[in-house]
Amino acid sequence: MSGIPHDHYEPTSGGAKWLHSRLPIVGLLYDTLMIPTPKNLNWMWIWGIVLTFCLALQIVTGIILAMHYTPHVDLAFASVEHIMRNVNGGHFIRYLHMNGASLFFVAVYLHIFRGLYYGSYKAPREVTWIIGMLIYVLMMGTAFMGYVLPWGQMSFWGATVITGLFGAIPFVGDAIQTWLLGGPAVDNATLNRFFSLHYLLPFVIAALVALHIWAFHTTGNNNPTGVDVRRNSKAEAEKDTVPFWPYFVIKDLFALAVIMVVFFAVVGFMPNYLGHPDNYIEADALVTPAHIVPEWYFLPFYAILRAFTGDVWVVMFTSWITGGIIDAKFFGVIAMFGAIIVMALAPWLDTSSVRSGRYRPMFKWWFWLFAVNFVVLTWVGAMPAEGIYPYIALIGSAYWFGYFLVILPLLGVIEKPEAQPETIEEDFEAHYGQAQTPAE
Amino acid sequence: MFKKTGIAALAALSISAGGALAAGGEGIIEDVAFSFEGPFGKFDEIQLQRGLKVYTQVCAACHGMQYVPLRTLGDEGGPHLPEDQVFAFSQQFEIYDADLDDFRAATPTDHFPGSQLETAPDLSLMAKKRAGFHGPYGTGLAQFFKGMGGAEYIYSLMVGYHDAPDCAPDDFDGAYNVAFTAGGYPEECRDEQGHPTVPGSWIAMGQPLWGDDVEYDDGTEATLEQQSEDVAAFLMWAAEPKMMARKQAGLTGVIFLTVLSVLLYLTNKRLWAPVKHRKDS
Repeated sequence: MSGIPHDHYEPTSGGAKWLHSRLPIVGLLYDTLMIPTPKNLNWMWIWGIVLTFCLALQIVTGIILAMHYTPHVDLAFASVEHIMRNVNGGHFIRYLHMNGASLFFVAVYLHIFRGLYYGSYKAPREVTWIIGMLIYVLMMGTAFMGYVLPWGQMSFWGATVITGLFGAIPFVGDAIQTWLLGGPAVDNATLNRFFSLHYLLPFVIAALVALHIWAFHTTGNNNPTGVDVRRNSKAEAEKDTVPFWPYFVIKDLFALAVIMVVFFAVVGFMPNYLGHPDNYIEADALVTPAHIVPEWYFLPFYAILRAFTGDVWVVMFTSWITGGIIDAKFFGVIAMFGAIIVMALAPWLDTSSVRSGRYRPMFKWWFWLFAVNFVVLTWVGAMPAEGIYPYIALIGSAYWFGYFLVILPLLGVIEKPEAQPETIEEDFEAHYGQAQTPAE
Repeated sequence: MFKKTGIAALAALSISAGGALAAGGEGIIEDVAFSFEGPFGKFDEIQLQRGLKVYTQVCAACHGMQYVPLRTLGDEGGPHLPEDQVFAFSQQFEIYDADLDDFRAATPTDHFPGSQLETAPDLSLMAKKRAGFHGPYGTGLAQFFKGMGGAEYIYSLMVGYHDAPDCAPDDFDGAYNVAFTAGGYPEECRDEQGHPTVPGSWIAMGQPLWGDDVEYDDGTEATLEQQSEDVAAFLMWAAEPKMMARKQAGLTGVIFLTVLSVLLYLTNKRLWAPVKHRKDS
């Protein structure tokens, strides 16, 4: 599968040859597991395994929860309490699932930022990047619909606000919103379809994950230097790489185990810390919560959504030039979805010929500012839209777009990159070469 | 729920409408060192039994706990009442049985009755749904470092009844509570921007606990603070009955995974040694 030369599976026994000539599945698994992997990968390359684990965890715990959950507006909230009080181990399974979503997003954000820093999105890995962005969007959809299922106050009002975004689309918005909800407001039809889709989408994600892995196994992994693996001969390739099994499997499992220690501490000792207490109040269409706040992993985009109010000149100008078709609300919606779209277009917006941020002196600063900005947007998204907060959100949102649409294209032209190592081997030896005494 | 109560209070106090839901000076929440805080915290069985008594003799007059099965009063990690006591306790409640089309005495397989008053919120999950005041700036640091949560809120609410502040007119009716923030205010207690100038707000529920409202079987003196702590602990259990099992499972997980991490670290180190130190070349 990989373009890097390496040994392929050869069936030896009679049975293995028989199967291989009919269905080469063992060979497929062998090639996948034994893919030559750059040996200088650092600890930021572990998130893929963590994400795969999260997907499996969410599917397994989710299937168990679905056995005891009832998607009906009169019964959903009570059925979750039933899981928490009467189902054997149900309370722990639910908390695993609830906090599993948070771990999933922690991992995906670190995975994405890894890709942004080391230029993993650049040629020839654009398709891997685009599939990854699709997975990310589906994850957000799945998580959002999952949060509606317990039918608490935040479930209900979150669903009302988010589906209301589609209502902001000119002319057809109301019709689309009604179509999505299955009625004029969030109600039983909405809960049922969200449950159905929340069950379906993880399997679509699983299929996309297979494509994601297939794509980067075709191009080979990126690595901290961004320098390609030498692939003229097998001997040369072996100087730059080690097989994925056992080297990176064991390394990744070690990292996963450490992360699981923290994860189990959170689930065991403070499982509601990341949740909103209002979701333990059953949904009530007549009582609006004082502050409707989405889950933490949506907050940066929620901040962008709310940043573009009617008194921002860009919004006023757009509204004027479109004759009011694009009003402040619709502008916010466009900005929120646009924020993800510009990120997905990074492979074509980044004009630098150097892949890894490690050798880009100016890029580094802009990148870390982008990372800090992400944290600030997360924080400001949780704050009420009054006082100083809308201004912070506006500056943060402007930087988000500025980073992708102005800084990345410009840096490639004006920046003078530093010298890169010739080979991955050279980089690796610089770290672990003879200079280091084998005392450990 | 509480907000409904707030609206009711507002209507009763005939304050001009507007800003009812947004109203809110900061509530004063006191930190209590509950036995169940922290990773190793446990419920105090005897305290839960005292809290059950307060709940039954005071709170249950108006409030209910529709999600809590009566049988769980006998569970370990809870009040842990003996089986016969759970049965006897259950019998005091009259519940409607659809099969009989009549009322009958409850049994341990039934749940606690729901609220008796339309305006009294159900208390099953009160200790979890009121855990959200923790600051600063919504960071949850008070919760993280002090273990503050909904139980503190319930305690603070019980002890938070005070005489109305000076800004209120003399003929202004209703109870004032420094922990409750979802109720209304008289116009005189707002500044020009409409923000309240006093902590807490007015509340529809009259002061429920005064001290010596119940007589404890274990001889504990039934002060206002003692009863408030006990009922707060009991409601924390009612909201999170599997807390002790959860912490146990979490701890087991942490210990096993730590051992696994160490083993994988050593495995990884040995596996990579030849690659990193070039012993093989």
